[in-house]
Amino acid sequence: MLEKALSGSKTYWAWIFALLVLIGIGAGFYLYQLNEGLVVTGLNRDVSWGLYIAQFTFLVGVAASAVMVVLPYYLHDYKAFGKLTLLGEFLAIPACIMCMLFIFVDMGRPDRIVYVFMHPSPNSVMFWDTLVLSGYLGLNAVIGWTMLNAERKDTAPPRWVKPLIYLSIPWAVSIHTVTAFLYQGLPGRGFWMTAIMAPRFLASAFAAGPSFLILMVLLVRKFTKFDPGNAALRKLGQIVTYAMFVSVFFFLMEVFTVYYSNIPEHKHHFWFLFVGGPLYLKGAMWLFVALAVIGLAIMVNPATRNNITTLAVGAGCIFTASWLEKGLGLVIGGFTPNPLGEYTTYTPTFPEIAIAVMVWCIGFLILTVLYKVATAVKEEKALS
Amino acid sequence: MDRGKRNFLKIAGLTGVGAYVGLKGVQAIGNKGTKAKKKLALVIDTRKCKGDCPDCITACHREHNVAERHNPNFKGPGPKAAQGIKWIWVSTFAGAFHEQIHERTGKRKEPVVVLCNHCDDPPCTRVCPTGATWKRKEDGIVTIDMHRCIGCRFCMAACPYGSRSFNFSDPRRSLKAVKPGFPTRTTGVVEKCNFCVERLGEGLLPACVTACTKKAMHFGDLNDKNSPASKALMGVHSITRKPILGTGPEVYYVL
Repeated sequence: MLEKALSGSKTYWAWIFALLVLIGIGAGFYLYQLNEGLVVTGLNRDVSWGLYIAQFTFLVGVAASAVMVVLPYYLHDYKAFGKLTLLGEFLAIPACIMCMLFIFVDMGRPDRIVYVFMHPSPNSVMFWDTLVLSGYLGLNAVIGWTMLNAERKDTAPPRWVKPLIYLSIPWAVSIHTVTAFLYQGLPGRGFWMTAIMAPRFLASAFAAGPSFLILMVLLVRKFTKFDPGNAALRKLGQIVTYAMFVSVFFFLMEVFTVYYSNIPEHKHHFWFLFVGGPLYLKGAMWLFVALAVIGLAIMVNPATRNNITTLAVGAGCIFTASWLEKGLGLVIGGFTPNPLGEYTTYTPTFPEIAIAVMVWCIGFLILTVLYKVATAVKEEKALS
Repeated sequence: MDRGKRNFLKIAGLTGVGAYVGLKGVQAIGNKGTKAKKKLALVIDTRKCKGDCPDCITACHREHNVAERHNPNFKGPGPKAAQGIKWIWVSTFAGAFHEQIHERTGKRKEPVVVLCNHCDDPPCTRVCPTGATWKRKEDGIVTIDMHRCIGCRFCMAACPYGSRSFNFSDPRRSLKAVKPGFPTRTTGVVEKCNFCVERLGEGLLPACVTACTKKAMHFGDLNDKNSPASKALMGVHSITRKPILGTGPEVYYVL
């Protein structure tokens, strides 16, 4: 089926070419990083994880959010999502791959990656994260490909797929839970030491992922004849609305706990993110607040949620807000101040950003190819 | 036996076995790293050490070929100072003990020397995905295998004392002189104080203890009542960093 990705319009090839150029530039910077070490990044002794690990954390959420279309369709037989599930599963695949790549580019000794498998350490959450992430990637690849193949051949999907689909539902929850455990189980990091870290992760993931899916569906609809339908889009809008309210609610619970208890070690991180930090970070955090409010205002109002244009704006706001909070603030805020109460400013460097862009572009490339194949098969079906 | 009953017994049996294995696993993880034969500890007498001389730091960093700053010839974009390496350094009293001070702590506000605490139950070894860092059963030293470390820096996030450093660049390029006998490191691995395990093997004391001209550092086995560390803790008031976290630090500060 992959050959379907080899024929496309001029726009398609221009897009592929643009992605390849950005990947090439990023790869150049990655070689630079490989040669010099992580000294080329803004990371330091105090903020020892930054942009890369934050992207990883955010993208685990995007991967997990496929469950938001799989669950209604397969467990509740919600027919309107029939055409959408494949796009959800195919979104999870590049998201998982990007997660792995972000871990890889963050490693000080990537040449030793096999040690993770040679010396499995069940006491490390990272060991479990590797397991669940690769498992989830495998599940979605097998399910998505098998379902698409069955659709193309006009046959019923094989019976063994059903259990895999059911398995993928709790599995999706597990990947983001385990990712939250990377953070919430660490003593002495007040910002992350919260039992609702995993629920918070899931809520913001179920807001950001479906928001992204809304935007992707609109793009697919614009460039192909495949249309999952307005009903599906509006239902996604509803899911985003609920998830974002829960996400904001959880965030406010953190704010209450931290400020009412008045414990300095916990307050300092919030102070740094919103008041005391570098301008880019403060700006990002206040933009997160603004976009969350605007996004929710658009989504909660049925008139604007059901209007596809404003729905797209709302989805864009919520996706960006979630990215700012989780793909930037969460990691940097947790490391600042450091365990000695000192403030070290972390600012991603240009090489670091270029490498992050490279990984995102690899993800978009895989997503484009998968969506191209999927929509080509579906267009074929629609014609015959 | 009818089918329903058999299935029930099967499930009940499996659940029981699963619960037992799970419980044992959790216990094994929980117990890991405690109960060392020796309990090596460092006692720092803050009545003598005012954190105002560099002797222990210089001795330690020379002994272990520590690249305090990253390659000075590198013209890259990163933050220069914060990417350096520290095994032992001076912190403000408030930085080391911010949960134990108040406005009128008075003279105890003087800077203190801080380093890896070689915890009884170290969070850093718990999180390592390759087993590259562990607590030695024989003496309780928290050590790192530089050849197995993959540089994921999870241990740096887990350490509640900020005691671990990462080689952001090639340390060999920033060392002015290399002391033979102790291996230099490569780019991309984590390192920290090792309680001078290499010197202990030769019957020597840690370099910092030997270098301290004020005789403010005492090292030894706390399981041995007659060790210098045990004696230094006798009849005085001492504290450790963040005891509330349950890590059990083995670096003590006499006030």
